Amino acid sequence: MEKKKPKNVFVQGAISSDFIGNSIAKHQTKTSIGAHNIFLGQVRADQVDERTITAIEYTAYEEMANQKFYEIRESTFDKFEITCMHIYHSLGTVKAGEICLFVFVSAPRRKVVFEALEFIVEAIKADVPVFGKEIFEDQTHQWKQNSYTE
Amino acid sequence: MELNIKYFGMLAEATATHEEQMQIETCSVAQLLEKLNHRYPKLANMDFKVAINQQLVRPDSIINSEAEIALLPPFAGG
Repeated sequence: MEKKKPKNVFVQGAISSDFIGNSIAKHQTKTSIGAHNIFLGQVRADQVDERTITAIEYTAYEEMANQKFYEIRESTFDKFEITCMHIYHSLGTVKAGEICLFVFVSAPRRKVVFEALEFIVEAIKADVPVFGKEIFEDQTHQWKQNSYTE
Repeated sequence: MELNIKYFGMLAEATATHEEQMQIETCSVAQLLEKLNHRYPKLANMDFKVAINQQLVRPDSIINSEAEIALLPPFAGG
C-alpha cells in the first residue's frame, strides 16, 4: 500500500482561543459548508489523594502518531460525507483549564458532523500513541491513561 | 542485526532511557522482551504494547531484520 507522508498534527503547548477562532474564520470562504462541529479537550484539575493536577506534559511517538492521525482522517472521509476536517494536539506542557486537543469537522448538513466528530475523537483516544504525565502542585506526578467512559 | 529501541512515557521513566541500540539475532517479540526485562526489571510488571516500524505487533511476531522497536504504555491522547 502506498504511504502518503502524513502532515504534522502536533503543536507545542496549549491551543489558544485565537488559533481556534482563526480556524473558524478561514472556513468562511468554503460556502458549500452548512455545519461545523468542534471538539475541544481541556486539561482537568483532577484531585488524587488530596493532590490536584496542575498540568499535563504530553509526549508522543510522533512518526507513528502522525501516521495514525492520517489513517483516522482517511477512514473518516471514507465513512462520512464531510467537506473537511482538522485535528490539532498539544505536545509539552498544558496547564489545567487550557486546551490540548482541537478537532474541527465541517459538512454541508448538520447530522453527519455530530457522528463524524465522535468517531474521530474516540479513534484518537484509542489508537494514537500520545502519553500524558499529570503534574501535581507539589511537582509529583502520575501517568494519564485513557478510559472509554471519559 | 541492530535494533533501535524506543521507550515512551512511564517506560522511559522506569528504564531511564528514551532510545538505545541493541545487537540481536532473529527472535520473537516475547524473546526480546525477556532480554529487556532482565536489563530493566521494572518493565516486567508494566502494561505496554510493542510496535515494530510503527506497526503494533503481537508477542509471537518475529523480528528478523533491522527495525525500530517501540515500547508504548497506555495511550493518553486528548
